[in-house]
Amino acid sequence: MNNELPPGLALQKVDERIMTLNVGPQHPGSGHMRIIVQIDGDFIVACDPDPGYVHRGEEKMAEYRNYITNIPHLERPVIHDSCNILYPYVLGVEELLGIEVPERAKYIRVIASELNRCVYTMYWLAIYGIFLGHSTMFMWPAGDRELLIDLLEKMTGARVTHAHFVPGGVRNDLPPNFEDVCLRQVNYFEKRIKEYAAIFYDNPILIARTANTGVLSRQDAIRLGTTGSVLRASGVDYDLRKKEPYDVYDELDVHSNVMKEGDSYARSKIPWLDMLESCNIIRQALQKMPKSGSVRVKLKPNPKGKGLDSVYKRVESGRGSLGCYIVSDGKPEPYRLKLSVGSFRNLIALPYLLKGEKLGNMPAVYWSLNYWPVEADR
Amino acid sequence: MSSDSDNEPIETTSDVTPASTKASPTPEKEIELPKFEKGLADKIVEKFGTRIKVAFVKPDRVRINVGRDDVKEVAAFLRDVLNFDHAESVSGVDYPQDKEIEVVYHLGSYTDSSLSRQILVLATRAQREENPIPGNDATKLPSLREIFYSVEFHEREIFEMFGVYFQGHPDNRRLLLPEDWADLPPLRKDFAIKGR
Repeated sequence: MNNELPPGLALQKVDERIMTLNVGPQHPGSGHMRIIVQIDGDFIVACDPDPGYVHRGEEKMAEYRNYITNIPHLERPVIHDSCNILYPYVLGVEELLGIEVPERAKYIRVIASELNRCVYTMYWLAIYGIFLGHSTMFMWPAGDRELLIDLLEKMTGARVTHAHFVPGGVRNDLPPNFEDVCLRQVNYFEKRIKEYAAIFYDNPILIARTANTGVLSRQDAIRLGTTGSVLRASGVDYDLRKKEPYDVYDELDVHSNVMKEGDSYARSKIPWLDMLESCNIIRQALQKMPKSGSVRVKLKPNPKGKGLDSVYKRVESGRGSLGCYIVSDGKPEPYRLKLSVGSFRNLIALPYLLKGEKLGNMPAVYWSLNYWPVEADR
Repeated sequence: MSSDSDNEPIETTSDVTPASTKASPTPEKEIELPKFEKGLADKIVEKFGTRIKVAFVKPDRVRINVGRDDVKEVAAFLRDVLNFDHAESVSGVDYPQDKEIEVVYHLGSYTDSSLSRQILVLATRAQREENPIPGNDATKLPSLREIFYSVEFHEREIFEMFGVYFQGHPDNRRLLLPEDWADLPPLRKDFAIKGR
């Protein structure tokens, strides 16, 4: 085992017809990862994803910092979705420390995480557009995304890395008049993204390129343990906001989007439908949110757990279920922190989907997995 | 697989006594346990008796600790009888003071709607070596990849991060670490970050 060269460096005895091709790790659009594909002419016969180019050891770092100082660095794996990646961690710490969160803070969290889901999905959609050579679909989401980034900036003070969720609530209350501005922006945003149907999702060229490529059957989606849009595009109705509602999602009417096809087209359409649903959730939350009240419980400095304990919390992020497993041994730092991220879980489907596919279809299949390399590497 | 188990001699798990079972009190007396989760735990206890230990029963979470010789059998039972169909997360936890490394599987179910809130935590422990030679020392566990296909990449990650070799895993290669990594497996407690 130890004497073997890593994949890509080792000489591989294969048929003369078959060529090994390194795709990556440098990547113009997103984070970095390498895919090693073996091709016979134009067809992929085997594929070996090789993540880890941007591995930063977030889990190791977390063992050296206390529960509060862990917040800013734990959101780094996916800065566009920083509220959602902090969400399970914050919920877990609250359970470990026994903190009750004020009602208003719960609603602010839901609004922030839905806005963040849209911001992430717009970025992902922009890259999907450029992957398929559709440059308008790169420009539009990249521009419309600014609407929500402005909102989040008003809310948290930062454009991208918010670090807004803390154990016990959120860092700051909403600025005055936020509800009206938010409602107006979200309504306009919804109107804008509805126009994407005409230019992108109903476009015959897109359909020709993505329909029936990389088909993942319902059975295999379950067996491979995929999550989020990949799972729901294969006909499994599983959205944690409905199945295991956290904070105030049980008081909101959440509709989960499911498609049966399981191909790249369905996988690329589900996140867009989710954004439309997010707009509905934000409007409901703005209406039901208590108009005033505390947004944060005051904690003692260096809070610690009550001895050996563990907790596993999960939320629905932009890329599917995002779990956080925290082991505490009664010290202010976690004994072990594990992030189980949707990207890493969906990666297992890639070798499976690419086999037998044309090389030209690789970007369409790869990015439809809603994969964020930096998050998968952690 | 689970049908043959009655004929096999019942092994005691005395060699693998997880620390967390000592710490967690037996809550049956004071606190009323969630009913559904208690039922799940009872089914597993009924089948395996003393070979497993129920570490805790909380709302939506049941944790059982299993010896490394039984983990495959228990996992097959969880899949075939209790309908858990995929692994959400697999984590390693290093316990140098116990000379053991714990591997924790968080199992969930997509197909059984009554289980959609549930996470079953299956924990087992491997022997820990002071000077690890990943793959060639006693730190080994049976792989659950045949039972839960979804653990494939998670187990690869644990092999490189903790040095736990999974027997029966088809592809025990590096995943995230650099190809020329020659230090200790980095998530072990004795691997220290510089300056800390």
